[in-house]
Amino acid sequence: MATTTMTMAKALNEGLRRALEEDKKVLLMGEDIGKLGGVFRITDGLQKDFGEDRVIDSPLAESAIVGTAVGLAIRGYRTVCEMQFDGFVYPAFDQIVSQVAKLHKRSDGAYVMGLVIRLPFQGGIGAIEHHSESPEAYFAHTAGLRVVACSTPNDAYWMIQQAIAHDDPIIFCEPKSRYWEKGEVDLDRPSHGLFETARRREGTDVTVIGYGASMKTILRAADTAASEGVSLEVIDARSLSPLDLDPMVTSIQKTGRFVTVQEAPHMASIGSELVAELTQRCFYSLRAPGVRVSGYHVPYPPTRLEEDYRPSVDRILDAVDRVMGFEG
Amino acid sequence: MTWGFVVKGESMIDEELVQLLTPEGQRVAHPDYESTLDGEAIFALYRDMVIVRRLCNESTSLQRQGQLALWAPIQGQEAAQIGAGRALQPMDFTFPTYREHGIAWCRGVPAQDVLRMFRAVSNGGWDPQKYRHSVPTVVLGNQALHAVGYAMGIQRDGAEEAVMTFFGDGASSQGDTLESFVWAASFNAPVVFFCQNNQWGISTPSSLQSKVPLYRRAQGFGFSGVRVDGNDVLAVYEVTKKALDNARVGGGPTLIEAYTYRMGAHTTSDDPTRYRIDAEVEVWKHRDPVERVKALLVHEYQAKGAAFDAVAHEAETMALQLREDVLAMGRPDPITMFDHAYASEHALIEEGRREMLELGISGGVH
Repeated sequence: MATTTMTMAKALNEGLRRALEEDKKVLLMGEDIGKLGGVFRITDGLQKDFGEDRVIDSPLAESAIVGTAVGLAIRGYRTVCEMQFDGFVYPAFDQIVSQVAKLHKRSDGAYVMGLVIRLPFQGGIGAIEHHSESPEAYFAHTAGLRVVACSTPNDAYWMIQQAIAHDDPIIFCEPKSRYWEKGEVDLDRPSHGLFETARRREGTDVTVIGYGASMKTILRAADTAASEGVSLEVIDARSLSPLDLDPMVTSIQKTGRFVTVQEAPHMASIGSELVAELTQRCFYSLRAPGVRVSGYHVPYPPTRLEEDYRPSVDRILDAVDRVMGFEG
Repeated sequence: MTWGFVVKGESMIDEELVQLLTPEGQRVAHPDYESTLDGEAIFALYRDMVIVRRLCNESTSLQRQGQLALWAPIQGQEAAQIGAGRALQPMDFTFPTYREHGIAWCRGVPAQDVLRMFRAVSNGGWDPQKYRHSVPTVVLGNQALHAVGYAMGIQRDGAEEAVMTFFGDGASSQGDTLESFVWAASFNAPVVFFCQNNQWGISTPSSLQSKVPLYRRAQGFGFSGVRVDGNDVLAVYEVTKKALDNARVGGGPTLIEAYTYRMGAHTTSDDPTRYRIDAEVEVWKHRDPVERVKALLVHEYQAKGAAFDAVAHEAETMALQLREDVLAMGRPDPITMFDHAYASEHALIEEGRREMLELGISGGVH
């Protein structure tokens, strides 16, 4: 087994490189992705190696990045669109919701909307406004789209390739605060399918479900909880639409308690959907209602305050205490 | 506000307007364009226009009789659409709005398929890859970007093909339309932007959409714009053909503004008497696109009444057939709403299908 250690940024870069090598129809398009390699350097060196026709530096207009990727998809190309930051995806929202999500249906299957929209999401980098948002629920709500989030370099390497090869349009969420963290990458085979959850830690008392940047925080919380005698089972949702609910159900049937964690506010969110689905499916196994840990229902705060907004180890442990101490 | 009631007389028409045939059917010379079509070809354009007008009228009737949910008439714009549509080559690809029935006709899309969306049995209606004519776009402006993206694909394939996209004076204000101009110019994409300036975006006059003649916008984006008499099928054909030929060989984009008029309502849900005056409509009646070609065919090619009657008869037969086909279009099985929502399995699709079958809502045919 060929494994190597690399950052998530490098893993995405290598995954994109492999996709470009394996399929001549794969293109990358976005702002500053060529010579600069993207503001996060995810596409570093790819334009040099694959040319300006395949790694396309675009003018500054997100709707056009996605809209032209739709036309390219109709022509048989698979374009990976880079949104420079989560908060800049909204100009493209119309194209994504009105066209990307619906054209396969509207054309009775004649158009394959094989395109990927990469979204560096969530906060934690001390940026100015519009650079730290978690818009995943907008897209998960839209029929016709799929939404996934990676949390480790290994997943980043494989999930980006799986997403590009997939025939449905995929919103690909990358936790930008984890771009520079290293991890083992297995270059031979993926550990999971694109739409499968991954169990990150085995436990017996409470199931904690999260995705993206929250995973690392949850695992730290699990360490602390363990030192206090509480055993957390940690599940990385990975796929936010569709949700891979069966492994979560199995886990909750064992633990009887669950907590969801996300940076987005909880109103009409992934966490809300998880609580609804899992309560319905695990009703007779539950020993406490599921609890959501999330960002607050405010515009993302100035980032000097962001660590009081993002789910922290303490807030996760507090939620764990609540489900542990619940007296029906 | 009175701007909507200005009668757009001849003086409003820019002197750069390309015209090869006057409203009276007299040929006029133009320094950059000349008609290349013989009598037979011109008669074919006449036939196209008569047929699409008749089918359009039949569709309006069908809507009035409760057989369609909505209809968007093209009356007045037949020359713009037939001239543009017949200038296309088979391998070219087109991206329409919901009002390009004349283009659909030229692409070979069956008339009843065009009506599927308006009968509310489909949100598309035909196989866009088969006819190389995309499905209708209702969120206007979106399709212009699809056209440019498709054109970028043509460039990467090294193919000698062109794309044409359609929009109106209303959608010329959309951000996507203007972004598509930027992209097309920067990447020199083989695309023709065909803007039918029919003077009205529902109740909004074109003067509110643009303070300069629309075709001049192209210059600011770095490519050519041309204004053609949209009621002159010969001029539209030549202008479009030249732009498409130019795009196919790497000459980049062109914006064509077909200066025309929406004789009917925006859709069957609209009431134009609330915002425009009869006198304006009267002025445009004298510029009817079908009558001027007919006049040319009579005085230059000695076309006889029998030939025109034959076309009218053919159009009548097709209209009756269309009516029959539309009335036969039943409500689809509800289970079909799940088909092609995704290209591959999705848990929520399976869940929905299962529920529908369990509740007996569907016959289970799909």
